[in-house]
Amino acid sequence: MAAVIGPTPEEGAAQARRPQEGPAREPLLELRNISKRFGAVQALTDVNLKVYAAEVMALVGDNGAGKSTLVKTIAGINIPDTGEILFDGKPVKFHGPKDPAALGISTVYQDLALADNLDVVANLYLGREETSTPVPSISEEQMEKKARQVLKDLNVTTLKSPRLVVASLSGGQRQSVAVSRSVMWSAKLVMLDEPTAALGVAQTRQVLDLILRLKQQGHGVIVISHNLADVFEVADRIVVMRLGTNAGDYDVRDTSRQEVVAAITGAEFGKLHAGDAADA
Amino acid sequence: MATENVPIAAPAIVADEAGGLTRLRRRVTQGELGSLPVIIGLILIWSVFEYLNPNFLTARNLTNLMVQIADIGVIAIGIVLVLLLGEIDLSVGSVSGLAAGVMGVLNVKNGVAAPIAIAAAIVTGMAIGLFQGWWFTTFKIPSFVVTLSGLLAWEGLLILILGTTGTINLFDPGIDSIAGNFLTAEQGWAVAGASLFVFIGGMILTRRRRAKHGLDVAPVYGLLIRAGLTTVIVLAVVAFLNSNRGVPLAALILVGFVVGFDYVMRRTRFGRHVFAVGGNAEAARRAGISVKRIRLAVFTLAGTMAAIGGIIAASRLLAVNQSSGGGDVLLNAIAAAVIGGTSLFGGRGTVWAALTGALVIGSINNGLDLLALPASIKFMITGGVLLAAVTVDALSRIGRQSAGRA
Repeated sequence: MAAVIGPTPEEGAAQARRPQEGPAREPLLELRNISKRFGAVQALTDVNLKVYAAEVMALVGDNGAGKSTLVKTIAGINIPDTGEILFDGKPVKFHGPKDPAALGISTVYQDLALADNLDVVANLYLGREETSTPVPSISEEQMEKKARQVLKDLNVTTLKSPRLVVASLSGGQRQSVAVSRSVMWSAKLVMLDEPTAALGVAQTRQVLDLILRLKQQGHGVIVISHNLADVFEVADRIVVMRLGTNAGDYDVRDTSRQEVVAAITGAEFGKLHAGDAADA
Repeated sequence: MATENVPIAAPAIVADEAGGLTRLRRRVTQGELGSLPVIIGLILIWSVFEYLNPNFLTARNLTNLMVQIADIGVIAIGIVLVLLLGEIDLSVGSVSGLAAGVMGVLNVKNGVAAPIAIAAAIVTGMAIGLFQGWWFTTFKIPSFVVTLSGLLAWEGLLILILGTTGTINLFDPGIDSIAGNFLTAEQGWAVAGASLFVFIGGMILTRRRRAKHGLDVAPVYGLLIRAGLTTVIVLAVVAFLNSNRGVPLAALILVGFVVGFDYVMRRTRFGRHVFAVGGNAEAARRAGISVKRIRLAVFTLAGTMAAIGGIIAASRLLAVNQSSGGGDVLLNAIAAAVIGGTSLFGGRGTVWAALTGALVIGSINNGLDLLALPASIKFMITGGVLLAAVTVDALSRIGRQSAGRA
């Protein structure tokens, strides 16, 4: 075949549809050639990753593909052996979980880390309670007012009152509280670890809406998920990991579920036997 | 989706926080009982004893009761704090005895002035609590084992410092007055007036602040009912106690500690963090709360309150001996905290549990004494009440779970 010069017609059309991803736009977070080894296990090998502001990036991969290790690297829990991390274009070094948090990277883990016995306001402010002087007391009114505003901004409408105890909330509402907490402290990048796992249909809907809302507000979002249906619904870009390294980076509008599954499993049948895939 | 995503209009928010009766019914059916069972239990116990012996509900006997429960109540405050963390402190009885022993030995044998001897006793309890908390957090040994060791060790230390004397009788008025003094009628009214002023003023200020921030406020009649009820209860208690010897200083100390700690637990960052650690220690840690520091502080407070309780007990008995803080002191304090409604599973309860629980335990002991029943019966009945109380706790937990609130 003849060498392809310049963008193919398809690529050109894709670029026209997303002018914001032109070369001038700087990624919010960029990982370059990140490698991490645990003893004899090479967990990550030369992983590259870019996340833009106002973009939802889905990180997918099979169990053991290195997603969690990568998330922990971005969250500052794992320190990479080699490679570079850039935030807002500037190289940064993470020595612990506090470093990314200070930059505005927050992580919502699967277990959500909420205190069930406290109400929503108390959970949103956990560890950062506002107090008044001279008698030292928590400024409940100020906190409640701001909490209501944050929940309203994120369109969390199913919560009847921010004074409800978290134990009484549904799974989707809890996820909403955890996400609200992560963004209310001026987070620029939010990582969500399996946000829809173990949620019902309606609650999954709530969380997906919330993710889109985060994007609207200009946050960069990384979603780690096993559920490709959810991923295709909210993500702008899908990054596939396999065996600890990059196995694909797709724009959702230019890819199919088959192609992503193929990249996850390593079977490139989607390209080799296009006819089979179409039948499936 | 249809039910989940419907935007809730503002009135729904108000409806959720107002409506006293609706809220009460919801709380009862969903296992958020609070202090309701203990108050019903207390009324029941008082009715039975009054029926069996008309001397029970006299001003004289209730004054005695208030003095009798002061030490257990103060120790139980420490237990409530520890239970809120989801831990337990089994050493509080022995610590109370040892602290009283330190005070007695210093004051009687060494001639140290009463205030200094009392301060030394409190510092002893504080140091023991800190030490046990440090051991528990550093070596990650379950708190009940660390404090069980303490239970034995501090009792041994008490016997050691008492030496061959065995019993030390306390004659210093500086010590004896703690449990022996009563406020004059005027002082009693002054204290009642001042506390009502602060309580009702606080309620009005809170309401104003909520209104200022544009938040929904509870209906006025709710505020009036609460203020009125509190006023009636406080004034009735003071009037009743004044008709005999007046408000006992020991009771005032207990209520003062309860109110103070209730404020600390509900309104300060420290209290909030204690609840957070008791509810989900991992969540607290990730939120940047120093779980270790919170635990150290709470165990230190438990030791301190145990020491203060021991001082009050010694002042009431006018003596320290080898059995001070032994016997049923520990179990009564834990029983009081649990009967008052503090959950054994951590994160749920109020400091008021110490007072209401101590009232229940004290009423049973006092009532059975009036009926001249032997210790054997007393122990069995107290055991039965404790079992009933923890069953209420477990049942309300099940209620919460089935209502999706646990």
